[in-house]
Parts: sequence; C-alpha cells; structure tokens
Amino acid sequence: MSSAVALQVGHLARRSVVRTLRQPAMVVPSLFFPLILLSVNSGGLESATNLPGFPTDTYLDFALAVTFVQGALFSANSAGTNVANDIESGFLKRLSLTPLRRTALLVGQLSGVVTLGLIQAVTFLIAGLVAGAGIEAGFAGALVIVALALLISLGFGTIGAFVALRTGSGEAVQGIFPLLFAALFLSSVSLPRDLIQTDWFRTVATYNPVSYMLEAIRSLILTGWDGEALALGFACAGGVALVALVAASAALRTAMVRT
Amino acid sequence: MRDLRTVALAVAWRNAHNYFTNPAMIIPGMLFPLFFFTAFAGGLSRVNSIPGFGFESGYTAFVYGFVLLQASAFGGVFTGFSVARDFESGFARRLLLAASNRTGVIIGYWMAALVRAVFTIGVITAVAFVSGMEVGGGGLDLVGLYTLALLVNAGAVLFAAGVAMRLRTMQAGPAMQVPVFLLIFIAPVWVPLGLLSGWVHTAATVNPMTLMLDANRSLIAGAPDKVGLAFLAAAGLAAALWLWALTGLRSAERAG
Repeated sequence: MSSAVALQVGHLARRSVVRTLRQPAMVVPSLFFPLILLSVNSGGLESATNLPGFPTDTYLDFALAVTFVQGALFSANSAGTNVANDIESGFLKRLSLTPLRRTALLVGQLSGVVTLGLIQAVTFLIAGLVAGAGIEAGFAGALVIVALALLISLGFGTIGAFVALRTGSGEAVQGIFPLLFAALFLSSVSLPRDLIQTDWFRTVATYNPVSYMLEAIRSLILTGWDGEALALGFACAGGVALVALVAASAALRTAMVRT
Repeated sequence: MRDLRTVALAVAWRNAHNYFTNPAMIIPGMLFPLFFFTAFAGGLSRVNSIPGFGFESGYTAFVYGFVLLQASAFGGVFTGFSVARDFESGFARRLLLAASNRTGVIIGYWMAALVRAVFTIGVITAVAFVSGMEVGGGGLDLVGLYTLALLVNAGAVLFAAGVAMRLRTMQAGPAMQVPVFLLIFIAPVWVPLGLLSGWVHTAATVNPMTLMLDANRSLIAGAPDKVGLAFLAAAGLAAALWLWALTGLRSAERAG
C-alpha cells in the first residue's frame, strides 16, 4: 500500500471509528440485545441439555457463540446506515471530486464496523466468562474467537455497505436486517444440527454458512481445538466477506461514476 | 356517542388503509411472527422429547400458542409506531384540533390494531395448519384462544399509544418495543414453566404473560386450565393501560 493510500485510509478509518462510537444508539443495542437473549436463552433452554447427544451440560456454553454472530448482524446495520448517510448527505459526491482511491474509501468506511466488532467480541467474551462459561481452547482459543468474530463482522458489515451503495437508502439497509436475522435463526443456532428433528430445517441449516460460523466458535468453547470446524468457520466467514467486498467495490465504482 | 364513533371509525379507517397499502408496514409485522414460528417449530421440535415436557398436541401447536400472543402484542406495538409517526408528521395535531371527541382517537387506533392483528393471526394460523399443527380444542376453546389474543393486542396498543402520545416522536420506538419484547420472552416460550431454570424461571413465574401463554396453550390442547384467571389478568392489564393511553392523550393535548 502506498503512503498516499495509507494516509487516505487512515483519515477515513478515523472518521468511521469516531462516527460509529459517537452513536450510542448503534453501539448500545448491539451489545445489549445479544446479551439479553443469551441470558434468556440460557435459562429458557437449559433443559435442552438433557437431550441425548447434546454436546454440553450447560446451555450458556452452547449459546455463547450466538452472541458473536448476532452482534455482527448489528454491524451490517451500522456500516450500511453510515454509508447511506454519506450518500444522502452528499459526502460521497464531494469525495468523488478528490483523488481518493476507491479501496481507501471502502477500507476506511469499514474500519468503524471492525472496531465495533472488536468491542462486541471482547464484551461478549468477558460477559460469558463472568456468567460462568468456560473456553475449552484456553486463552489462545479466545483470541481465535475474537479474530473470527471480526471476520464475521467485516462480512456482514460489508453486506450492509453494499446494500447502501446500491440503493443509497438507509431504509433499504434497515430492510435487510430481517433477512440476516432469518439467516441466523435458520441455522444451528438453538440446537446442534444432528439434533434438529425437522428434515427441511436441518437441510437449510446444513447449507447455511452461518451454521459453520457458529460451530467454529462453539468448537473452541465446548471441545477445544477442532481443525475441521475452524477451517469451515473461517472459510465461510472469509467467503462471505470476500464476496461482499467484491460486490461492494463494484457498487462503489458505479456509485462514484453516477456522481 | 355519535361523535366518538365517527372519530374512531375515521382514525381506524385511515390507519387500516395505510397498513394495507404500504408493504413496509405489512412485512415486518407479518415476517417476524412467521419467522419465529418457522425457526422455533422447525429448529427446536426435538425439545418436545425432553422428560417433563408433556404437551400432547405437539411442538408446532406449543410454539403456535406463543407466536399467536407475540403477533397480537406486536400488532399493537407497530400501531403505536403509527401513532408516533402521526405526531411527528404533524397529522395528529391537526387530528386533535378537528376531532369532536378525542377519546375516539384512542379507540380508532385500537380498532386499527385489531384489524392488523386479525390479518396477521389469519396468515399465521393458515401457515400453522399447512405445516401440520394439531389442535385438540373445540369451537369454544378456539373462541377463547383468539379472544385472549385480541385482549393482549388491546393491552399492547394502549401501552404503545400511551408512550407515543407522551413522547410524540418515532425515536420512542424502543421504549414501546423493548418492554413488550421482554415481557413476552421472559415467559415459557420454548418449554413449559417447569423446565425453565435460573432467573428466567423466577421472572416467568411472576410474569402475567406466563398465565396467558399457559391458558392459550391449554385451549389449543383442549384441556382449559386457568383460563378465567388469564382473562382476568389480560382484561385488568388492558383496563390499566386504557388509563395510561388516556393520560397520554391528555399529555399530548397539553403539549398543543
């Protein structure tokens, strides 16, 4: 990366981070809701651990992985809304008059969401540990969970940015939230895939990349180091992030040409 | 009395018309209950085999009882959003000036919420039957089931309208949504009360929504249990929230 591009990325990243953190309405729900649901689910579905073949005897350990992916869903909203605001306020138009690189713009815009992802991941880890969850893979495993959570946040955040760039509308970004929410719930979010009784649901969960993201984090919490689960989790999260980045980059090119 | 009816019908008609002609209003209200129904009935059906579960009509019917109340409550909350939007756009101020009986405004919003809830419940019920839900209850049980759901809808819209009329901004959305969301989810959503554990069990034991949910499920199963008590709780809540909405209206009147 040339120094000019690095400078551009630095300025935009700082703006993106500051803007994200200055909006409690974006930060607080993204921390509060996953923790509330974790707490409710842990008490509500504790009896599910009595099912033969359930991988742990505490539902809190099983459900902790969900908070990281749920937090990342809020990242899509946050990144998308910020980009849509830039389009609606004309900021993107003004930027298009400068020699700013597209890569710098995209990377800079997504820095806020990655920072938010970091805050979320550390908060969820600490909250989980305080509530009594254990991480079988130890401290190194916790670091891998944070890394995977950041990749998932980047992927979902880029999807939000892509929708904003394609539509230029904050409302359209809000509209994708139910779809991403559906992607989370139609996965192995509540039970392990082999314990899902309904055939069609198990098939959907098997083809849903979110299942593998959850299972990778879950493997570090419940069983320790599981190479296959981690490879699938990182491949799915990385794949979503890559496809979303390519799509967002193309959308940004079109958006800049339009201006 | 005639003034009250005219105002109520006008407000109800306007809101129902806005609802049915605006996909952005129909979709969230429809999508979330359908989505919860699919995700829970499909993804958690194995939970039915946990020792002590004991709900004979099956897990789909068990989840339907919850989704029915959730759809009813959120039909009310989303109507509260419409009240807030009317205040934010200035429409509600003009409405208050023009209305010959302002109590009719609240009744009109309540009627609109009722229409929304009936529509959503109809769709969810159709989906539940298509997906093989078994109902043990007879005609009278079903009348009780849906009447109870509509009482919950009334309570929710009166609560949300009270908040909307006090704050008069769309930013009041979380203040309407979060309490109802918590009340609904801190109840025996996925398993019966006896299988809940920790603080959720303690909270669910004192949560009136548990009483309504249990009564709802007993009516679906055709073995009514504590139904009278649940009706009393729902009606009492709706009556208290009527006062909350009415004082909200007075607050909006004072604000001008």
